Amino acid sequence: MKLTLLDQALDLAAGSIPVALATELSSGRQALVTATLQDGDLGLAPGDIADIRARLLEGGGSGMFELSAGAVFLEIWSPALRLLIVGAVHIAQTLVPLARAASYRVTIIDPRGAFASRERFPDVEIIPEWPDDAIPALAPDRRTALVVLSHDPKIDDPALIAALASDAFYIGALGSRRSHASRRERMLASGLSPAAIDRIHGPVGLAIGAQSPAEIAIAILAEITAVLRGGALAGRSGWYPDGRDG
Amino acid sequence: MNDTFEILSQARAWRLEGRAVAIATVVATWNSSPRQVGAKLAVDDRGHMSGSVSGGCVEGAVVEAALEVMQSRTPRQLEFGVADADAFAVGLACGGRVRIFVEALE
Repeated sequence: MKLTLLDQALDLAAGSIPVALATELSSGRQALVTATLQDGDLGLAPGDIADIRARLLEGGGSGMFELSAGAVFLEIWSPALRLLIVGAVHIAQTLVPLARAASYRVTIIDPRGAFASRERFPDVEIIPEWPDDAIPALAPDRRTALVVLSHDPKIDDPALIAALASDAFYIGALGSRRSHASRRERMLASGLSPAAIDRIHGPVGLAIGAQSPAEIAIAILAEITAVLRGGALAGRSGWYPDGRDG
Repeated sequence: MNDTFEILSQARAWRLEGRAVAIATVVATWNSSPRQVGAKLAVDDRGHMSGSVSGGCVEGAVVEAALEVMQSRTPRQLEFGVADADAFAVGLACGGRVRIFVEALE
């Protein structure tokens, strides 16, 4: 790989631009392709570029890929996963480093300065605003997970309503089965459909018997992972005897 | 994917310090292999590693190949699996087979 091509790929990735890298394994020649540009020492036919762009758009995985002149190894580098945490509470203090270890870019949203302080959350992005302002501005997409942890309906409910208007792949809400049932009632009363509300995972996380804030953070990241990867426990968090999870 | 970027950023930093660097990438797997396609291991000329291409069972052999590729500047493909009897094949403890592409960072 040429250093110049690597620099270019890393710059694009840092700007959250999806990148495809095609490698001819016999020669090591490579082509970098994005939705708008193409570079590298591997020549590509226009039809090949179109095929690679189509794969990029699908967000497909990496693997061998047939081009007109033969097979290449095609890597798709998707932008980083994001986790938006509403409520700068104790659980969030463990969830931040855990999620980062699993390659999420983390943002904390909490209008309450006493919680969302630099002392409690050094070196993480904090947005000290109300979630109904902050979340639409962050534009959660299919690679974004969101959890509400504040336990305060004044903060959590508007956050969930904003999240349900997005494509976020995971939406979770902290609280017991009982508080989740009353949350459902409030959200139904506010005009949301049962199907929309069913997207919320509540109680949040897999039912692993978590007690401490750190254990709850582990349960949350485990459930997010199950949903992201389509694991056996996705949609079967274990909180309800009938098998639903929200 | 951050993983990949961290490994490649490390490879870039090594190269900018003037070290020779090779990058190994899992390009195909069969049966249960420990790392998925796209997993990467960067190696510098002192044998320092960043990332992984298996659960640790073939990294030693990959580092050897990486050191050769740094010299030859010719990319190589390696294949490992439990059934391999040739001297270079270390064998994956978990079964499965993996093909790894090794290239120099130039």
